[in-house]
Amino acid sequence: MNCYEAIDLMGDAIEGTLAPDARAGLDDHFAECPPCRNYMDQLRLTCQALGHLREPGAGERRHDLIAKFKQEFRDRT
Amino acid sequence: MRVNPWGTEAELLARLRAGDEAAFAALVDDLHGRLVGLAATFTSSPPLAEDIVQETWLGVIRGLRAFEGRSSLRTWIFSILVRRARTMAAREARRGVPIAGSESRNGEGFVEWSPGNGRVGLWDEAPRPWALEDPAAIHQSREALDVVRSALDGLPLSQRQVVLLRDVEDVAARDVCNILDLSETNQRVLLHRGRARIRRALDRYVREGARPPSPGRTGGTSLQTQQAFRGPEGAGNAEAAGLKGESSASGGPR
Repeated sequence: MNCYEAIDLMGDAIEGTLAPDARAGLDDHFAECPPCRNYMDQLRLTCQALGHLREPGAGERRHDLIAKFKQEFRDRT
Repeated sequence: MRVNPWGTEAELLARLRAGDEAAFAALVDDLHGRLVGLAATFTSSPPLAEDIVQETWLGVIRGLRAFEGRSSLRTWIFSILVRRARTMAAREARRGVPIAGSESRNGEGFVEWSPGNGRVGLWDEAPRPWALEDPAAIHQSREALDVVRSALDGLPLSQRQVVLLRDVEDVAARDVCNILDLSETNQRVLLHRGRARIRRALDRYVREGARPPSPGRTGGTSLQTQQAFRGPEGAGNAEAAGLKGESSASGGPR
């Protein structure tokens, strides 16, 4: 396996959906290619960091939306 | 997947359809900010992004009874948003409000990855270890997260949408393809390219302390002050030296 092929497999490897034989091939490549191993480790940390990003809340629109929800279900039930 | 605080999705849906206000309020609290983030990838106007989200919620309220549960609730809501956003952003664009995320950012001399011939544009400079004592220091550092946020916001539009849904919102690949109307291959390419750029921004930050350009984002705990970072002269050099000896090239892909 060369670096190009290894990179193709990294997304699935991060997901944990890589087939066992492909995973073994990737691990073999990592054993002889530290840059690819570093790259994959860093992609994984990047994904983890993305999962920790936070978005702001609904603020002033929250009350309004809940009122609309109540109205919808009051009107139709 | 994200933990659902109301038990199963079926339970949540049943409560919503029964008009349970608390369930709806919790749904708004969980999703509103995420929807604004996604809407912002369709327009450069923050008020329009808010309007898109407002319209999305109204569509959700009206559609809840008819929703058949063939996709997850979140996927259904994201899909409503994308349809609304495309319509509304196109309408506004005709009135002169620019659509977000100029694809021209694709340039930068950055060689893109595509499946089967995986140039990532990085191997001229082989990735070296970050030498973190604790890898969790990345997502525990507000400053590092600011770097990630800034890099995400700077991605070309389509990459940003895929990375936002896949990695920030944890939506499954198949659902992202449906929500954004993308092929499986295209989704993979956009995801990898987006992740690669954000990794590169983090790499610069970890090695050189390169921060996002906005002066307002200060404070928080840096990796350096957490003493989790052993500096650019750490284990990285040994690895790089090892690589040079091994390949006799300057770290290029083999």
